Amino acid sequence: MTPTDRKYTREHEWVQINGKQAIVGITNYAQNELGDVVFVDLPETGSVVEANDEMAVVESVKAVSDIYAPVSGKIVKVNEALQDNPELINSDPYKDGWISIIEMSDPDEVDELMSAEEYADFTEGE
Amino acid sequence: MHYIPNTPQDQAEMLATLGVSTVQELFGEIPESLRLRAELDLPPALAEPEVFKLLRSLAAQNDNAEDVSLFLGAGTYDHYIPSAVKHILGRSEFYTAYTPYQAEISQGTLQAIYEYQTMICNLTGMDVANASMYDGATAMVEGVLMAGAITKRTKVVLPASVHPEYRQVLHTYLALQGWELATQIDRDTAAVVVQYPNFFGQVDTSILALAEQVHAQGALLIVVANPIALGLLKPPGEFGADIVCGEGQVLGNPMGFGGPHLGYLACRTEYMRRLPGRIVGATKDLEGTKGYVLTLQTREQHIRRQKATSNICSNQALNALAATVYLSLMGPTGLRKVATDSTQKAHYLYERLLEIEGVTPGLPGPFFHEFTVQVAADPEELNQRLIEYGIIGGLPLKRFYPELANQILFCVTERRAKEELDYLAQVLEGLL
Amino acid sequence: MRIDGTAEVKVIFEESVSGRKGYSLPDLDVPAQELDQLLPLELLRQQAPVLPEVSEVDVIRHFTRLSERNHGVDSGFYPLGSCTMKYNPKINEDVAVLAGFQSIHPYQPESSCQGALEVLFDLEKCLCAITGMDAFTLQPAAGAHGELTGLMLIKAYHHHRGQLDQKREVIVPDSAHGTNPASAALCGFKVVEVPSDARGNVDVAALRQVVGPQTAALMLTNPNTLGLFEEHIEEIAQLIHEAGGLLYYDGANANAILGVTRPGDMGFDVVHLNLHKTFAAPHGGGGPGSGPVGVKKDLIPFLPVPRVIQEAEGYRFDFDFPQSIGKVKAYYGNFLVALKAYTYIRQMGPSGLKAVAENAVLNANYLMEQLKEYYDLPYQRRCMHEFVLSGARQKEYGVKTLDLAKGLLDYGIHAPTIYFPLIVEEALMIEPTETESKATLDQFIALMIKMAQEAIESPEKLHQAPQRLPVRRLDEAGAARNPDLKWS
Repeated sequence: MTPTDRKYTREHEWVQINGKQAIVGITNYAQNELGDVVFVDLPETGSVVEANDEMAVVESVKAVSDIYAPVSGKIVKVNEALQDNPELINSDPYKDGWISIIEMSDPDEVDELMSAEEYADFTEGE
Repeated sequence: MHYIPNTPQDQAEMLATLGVSTVQELFGEIPESLRLRAELDLPPALAEPEVFKLLRSLAAQNDNAEDVSLFLGAGTYDHYIPSAVKHILGRSEFYTAYTPYQAEISQGTLQAIYEYQTMICNLTGMDVANASMYDGATAMVEGVLMAGAITKRTKVVLPASVHPEYRQVLHTYLALQGWELATQIDRDTAAVVVQYPNFFGQVDTSILALAEQVHAQGALLIVVANPIALGLLKPPGEFGADIVCGEGQVLGNPMGFGGPHLGYLACRTEYMRRLPGRIVGATKDLEGTKGYVLTLQTREQHIRRQKATSNICSNQALNALAATVYLSLMGPTGLRKVATDSTQKAHYLYERLLEIEGVTPGLPGPFFHEFTVQVAADPEELNQRLIEYGIIGGLPLKRFYPELANQILFCVTERRAKEELDYLAQVLEGLL
Repeated sequence: MRIDGTAEVKVIFEESVSGRKGYSLPDLDVPAQELDQLLPLELLRQQAPVLPEVSEVDVIRHFTRLSERNHGVDSGFYPLGSCTMKYNPKINEDVAVLAGFQSIHPYQPESSCQGALEVLFDLEKCLCAITGMDAFTLQPAAGAHGELTGLMLIKAYHHHRGQLDQKREVIVPDSAHGTNPASAALCGFKVVEVPSDARGNVDVAALRQVVGPQTAALMLTNPNTLGLFEEHIEEIAQLIHEAGGLLYYDGANANAILGVTRPGDMGFDVVHLNLHKTFAAPHGGGGPGSGPVGVKKDLIPFLPVPRVIQEAEGYRFDFDFPQSIGKVKAYYGNFLVALKAYTYIRQMGPSGLKAVAENAVLNANYLMEQLKEYYDLPYQRRCMHEFVLSGARQKEYGVKTLDLAKGLLDYGIHAPTIYFPLIVEEALMIEPTETESKATLDQFIALMIKMAQEAIESPEKLHQAPQRLPVRRLDEAGAARNPDLKWS
């Protein structure tokens, strides 16, 4: 099930909004396509990203996927647990497998993103 | 053609299955205008005994180190290759296999590479080694490109005492990406490269303090090291090197007119994911049995395509196997003996040559198994004369260093007997 | 492959016994000096490197056991697409171990290695005749290295003509080998991907859209990685040349066209060959290879140095090419590999090479014809030396192409290339080569049909494969998550 408490991108990232902060991860659909995640190249805390910038890299055994920042802002926290347990992205993509927290510089950008329902329809078509 | 087993009967049956009458029809999608009408302009086919005779006669035109005394080194060395190495390399399960993409049917190649990686790490004092590169020169290039990717800088300090051909190859590659060659370390330096022993055979204690200066500027230290020398000399990992690379031909591989040789490349753990080329890792199968696979493959071109930092695809697996078998046979004491005997003999020859009138010291300082001397003659002409005596002399340095016009770089490995050294000295004495 | 009782072979370090010795070297015959008199004490190793201490017998047994856990062309059928796993003639190996080739030094005077220079010179001529190019360099060590060299030449060509600022893009089909875009990017070019059409050719209409004054080159494999001949190659060549671009030929699939057609005649300006594929030099478990690069006349000045030339007194190296890109490797390339290819070409002659292409193509078409009923065949046309099936039908029963590949291993057959090219779902790329007999092909066909049935009737059997090899399926994710890259 696609959680309804957050927004989605066409690149299969999810964003959960908490005030000015946006928690970012990848969707269940994305982790399924990638297969066993073996490494996550996390962004540097403090770095500033624009929406659609390459922010992190998720690697499975035989695929590499760039993770794009869904919104602009400053990376204030990254999920250090992924360094030792990258498989959290597979086992719990919507919770323990989160990737980073962005402090948004333009919260209006969130409006551009898809709802859970829209995203579910979108992945139907893929 | 006896390598093509299909008989005319087989071919006829296969064509019938395909519903065509001639093989030519299978090429029907090639535009008529592009199809060759005549045979290729090549010499006619030879039977096996004929081709062997031809190639043997070509081989016989080359003076080789089995028959003459060779004093050339300069990056390619004539060390003894134990018979056992040749016999293992002759096992066609190894040499007729492809890259071990299907791990379960390639455990032999994979485990041998894992053992090779371990040996390279143990010799260099590094944490991780890849499955090998084309040669020493390209291994050094990949080391520099790696340093560029790690530091996000594009300046490299490369002294003239690094092998001239390695520098030329680096030049060719760096020209593609706007790198700068520099003589001073500063905040823009990605890497400092030193060769150990250097191209002239010298070893210098200043290398021990180099890492500190390099790291102070946020750059990496790359050491191009002769692995035979590492049987005797301090491993670069102990004096702060970040990347160690070089030419592994010396480990059980023939000189072969310059190739195929064996590039090795190793680094510290923190740079593991920037290491190019194939890497083998140990793992378990679904029943818990230990096995080996190609791993960390997402670094490589077949996955990253245009985003890959290196385009390397193959390695020199068979040469790496030779190195693994060689190092297994030699062990720590054998390797040390090869290194020590080469050093002792080189010093013996050096002193013998200096007794000759017309021979004077070349570049100063301690050396491993190569040294330079100055001669009162044209080095190339001297070499031509030496051939008449069954000797292939040292390298005339003017080939790469015009300013060292009368200097010769001599190399002595454990393969040269004392009589050969005395003979060289005696002949040179007569010629000078 | 012999299957031994115990599944694990210890690493050679575990066989080590302190004081055991596997070498025999003569005693030092010059007066020994104290080492610290010769070399600075601070630079001497304090501790011996950790290497195995084993006997020669131990070494031979260890590596013999490892070899038994490996599959080569000599062990059995190896239909690995795009890799041309043909038989490697034994005479080539005998030639390459002659002391007159093995024990010669790259810097010895030219007068003392005329035979080696003649091999290099003659091989270059042969490769020119085979491909229709004007000159070759033998320096690149492998196919990918050849590609990089070829692109450097293209870059030098545009630079020399003052057009490099404009020529920024290299076009690569979506069916290309991964090395193509990687090499182009390493050369500083922008990679532009062009799709394939419904017949598996480069989509010419789409190509027209992306070709322009910015086009430095188009890289093509022909036959392409689907095993199909690019039917519009002449039109494509014209299109690229009119835009001032060059045409690059990836020679991975040259086995299909030997003596039939030549890239030089198709309009290609730069060509690389894989001597370890097409010209029967063994692959060595992943190398050494050799990737010579051929060019048309206009690009000769840029070739790497040195080049071998023939003069009245004999052969010599010529370094005097001021516009050369320089060197891409130390010395002159993988000489001993080139030597094997040269021996092969001399033995095959023009008629033999043509028979190679004919039988390679015949064998591939025969396999394709017999298998297309049981597996999806995405492109229904005549194939060249290889073809690509899709395991999509089997996937519906829960059997992936990976399972089919592992199933074959149990029968002593190497798997085809899988999941490549990327444009075919569940791809199985099959290249039989000319050195396999109809009997071998028939056995393979029977096995593939059996597996297609198993995929429907008992898919779990294929999920369990391989079962008869020294190891079962290996945990690749575990290997990548917790890298164990050396023994300690």
